[in-house]
Amino acid sequence: MENYDLINAIILLANFVIVPALSYGSQLALAALGITLVYAVLRFSNFAHGDLMAFGTMIAILITWLFQSWGLTAGVLPTALIALPFAMALTAAFCLITDKVIYKFYREQKSQPVVFMIVSVGVMFIMNAIVRFIIGPKDRTFFDGEKFIIKAVEFKSYTGLPEGLSIKSTQVLTIVIALITMMALFYFLQKTKMGKSMRAYSNNEDLALLSGINPDRVVMITWIIVGMLATIAGVLYGLDKSFKPFTYFQLLLPMFAAAIVGGIGNPLGAVAGGYIIAFSEVMLTYAYKKFFMYLLPTNLEPSGLMQFLSTDYKFAISFIILVIVLVIRPTGIFRGKTL
Amino acid sequence: MIEKYRTQLAFLVMALLLIIVGVAQSWSVSIGIFNLCIVSAIMAMGVNLQWGYAGLFNAGVMGFTALGGLVAVLISHQPIYEAWSIAGTGMLISLFIVIVASISIFYISKHVNSVFKKRFLIVFVILLAAIGLGNFYGPSVNLIEDINPAKTGFLGGLGMPIIFSWVAAAFAAAFLAWIIGTVTLGLRSDYLAIATLGISEIVIAVLKHEEWLSRGVKNVTGLPRPVPYEIRLQESEWFINFIERLNSSKLSAIETVSSKQDLLNKLVIEGSSIYVKLCYAGLFIMVLAVLFFLSQLALNSPWGRMLRAIRDNEVAASAMGKNIVRQHLQVFILGSAIIGIAGAMLTTLDGQFTPGTYQPLRFTFIIWVMVIVGGSGNNLGSIFGGFFIWFMWIEAEPISIAFISLVTSGLDYGNPIKMHLIASAPHMRLFIMGAILLITLRFMPRGVIPEKVVRPR
Repeated sequence: MENYDLINAIILLANFVIVPALSYGSQLALAALGITLVYAVLRFSNFAHGDLMAFGTMIAILITWLFQSWGLTAGVLPTALIALPFAMALTAAFCLITDKVIYKFYREQKSQPVVFMIVSVGVMFIMNAIVRFIIGPKDRTFFDGEKFIIKAVEFKSYTGLPEGLSIKSTQVLTIVIALITMMALFYFLQKTKMGKSMRAYSNNEDLALLSGINPDRVVMITWIIVGMLATIAGVLYGLDKSFKPFTYFQLLLPMFAAAIVGGIGNPLGAVAGGYIIAFSEVMLTYAYKKFFMYLLPTNLEPSGLMQFLSTDYKFAISFIILVIVLVIRPTGIFRGKTL
Repeated sequence: MIEKYRTQLAFLVMALLLIIVGVAQSWSVSIGIFNLCIVSAIMAMGVNLQWGYAGLFNAGVMGFTALGGLVAVLISHQPIYEAWSIAGTGMLISLFIVIVASISIFYISKHVNSVFKKRFLIVFVILLAAIGLGNFYGPSVNLIEDINPAKTGFLGGLGMPIIFSWVAAAFAAAFLAWIIGTVTLGLRSDYLAIATLGISEIVIAVLKHEEWLSRGVKNVTGLPRPVPYEIRLQESEWFINFIERLNSSKLSAIETVSSKQDLLNKLVIEGSSIYVKLCYAGLFIMVLAVLFFLSQLALNSPWGRMLRAIRDNEVAASAMGKNIVRQHLQVFILGSAIIGIAGAMLTTLDGQFTPGTYQPLRFTFIIWVMVIVGGSGNNLGSIFGGFFIWFMWIEAEPISIAFISLVTSGLDYGNPIKMHLIASAPHMRLFIMGAILLITLRFMPRGVIPEKVVRPR
């Protein structure tokens, strides 16, 4: 068995670090994309984004329940996937209504970004209330279908290794859906006329207006995309873990950290930032004891858990990365501010 | 007419609201709300100093409040000598390591010129400190937390009167603000908001999980009070006589001796709770008055004018030779210190420290609503905002339950929709807060009591 130690160590790491971090990173990246789009086009930090995600997820859950009561399921896949497009459309519509009723006034007044930020705090309160009012503050799981793609036991019996690898279907789903979404978004921003006008508007508002770009249309499209992204991110997170309004509110910090670390306003940066934050969070809170037990000879085995930080402090990690990046490179990894 | 007496009118309405609660519910409830209103008003004044005077968005009010609460515990709780004797040296050595590491990092970042060398040295120092802490800190923590975990399991405090903590909390919060401010104030303004949001979550995480320091989610209860206890009052001769004299007309109307005694007992119990709350109210009013006086002085001083100048036009102020980052840091520290005081007062009033109850909506964003609704830049406005919003926060629940019962009165009892709506009624208070904030921002962007713009003639 001596020779398999390295393979075992790698499988262990894949099971507890790489796969979870990849799926969590995809969720964060999608969420950070929403924040970064609002920042690039509407030019403010949207504090309501976490609660927008919760709202979208709530709609998806309600539709899922409706479908389940009709006996409509997606077989091995979670029913929430059928509900997702409907929830995306409804959340986008909700975003448009919010913009029309609340944000539009301040845009016409040409208010300062910080006023928008405070307005978004008000919106956050209201969305929070709506979500808790309709679905309640409790933890909910709405996952159905096949839970695992590879089970640890099957993996062990198949390979004969003592270390098992289990991959949840939600993890793979998250990664696949996130990749498709990101590719579609980047195609939209780079290749289509609307996407190009959005980038132009975000780069230089006055010049864009002079070239005949309709600002109302740009803002509208932005909100639709933001609503859809928030719903996808929220549903994927909820499927993978569970849905609880307060957790979604708390995601605000890693989401913002991801957007800022990558360079706020830059979509590529948001994606990179999402994975950076997720990987650091998982890697720094994982206890490496077993990993080193495989790699090191018996007499050198570590005595402690070999954990850098306890999981209680995962918020501290996004914060510390944020501070380090801000101090060393205030613009973020990819220079931010425009699409 | 209304414009001229706006301030007076606002406070009159507030007083009426409290009196209505006193008559309709009970005076004890009304004074209880009043006390928390004062604490909220002080927090709002702290945020107003940062936002109203200087335009800094601090989204970490909760962290400073909780830190103030921790200081109240550390000052007033009896020291656990057993824990100190077993693990005291280990903890002191750890503290020493942290201090030495911080000083050397500070020194390196000031005096080493090469960027590469600087970063290398800082990482090196952090690694050394981490190894040192692993040897002393971890084992000591386990030792402390093992001592009688059901009752203590932490280091305890200094055993001093809790009122001292109000001053100490100001210094602790100021120190934390100094650290955050030094790192983030040079950067764009949104970053301060995110950074403070982060630091407040971290403070709460530390308080929840570092049990040797704060007992974590096991809570510290029974903190000593600066005011008398109800039980003592109910037993003391002078208090009973005092209540008897106050209610002499009511008592003399009753004829039988035993029912007279029953009524007196009831009145004494009720009176003792009101008396205690009034004592708190007296202390709190003094703090509020002192802080209000100082804030007004600062606002009208050259320093206050300079801050407003920076807020309204950073470029111009900087061209006049004002060091913007430095002034921002100053005001950020001062505002946070005031929030820290309010945090310690809150824990004093509760008599217990419960890290689990600190929630950003309740302790950060509500305070923001207070400042915006009251009128940013105006101290009286913040005080009014603190009173009004806290009042709404407390009374929103009965109001929304009454409202929902009215709306659903057509449905019969046990109807699932009705049951769900009534159970969800408490969440309406968030909705009411958001609505108040948005309506104020739209129709009264400068608040109920707007900032006075003083122009020299």
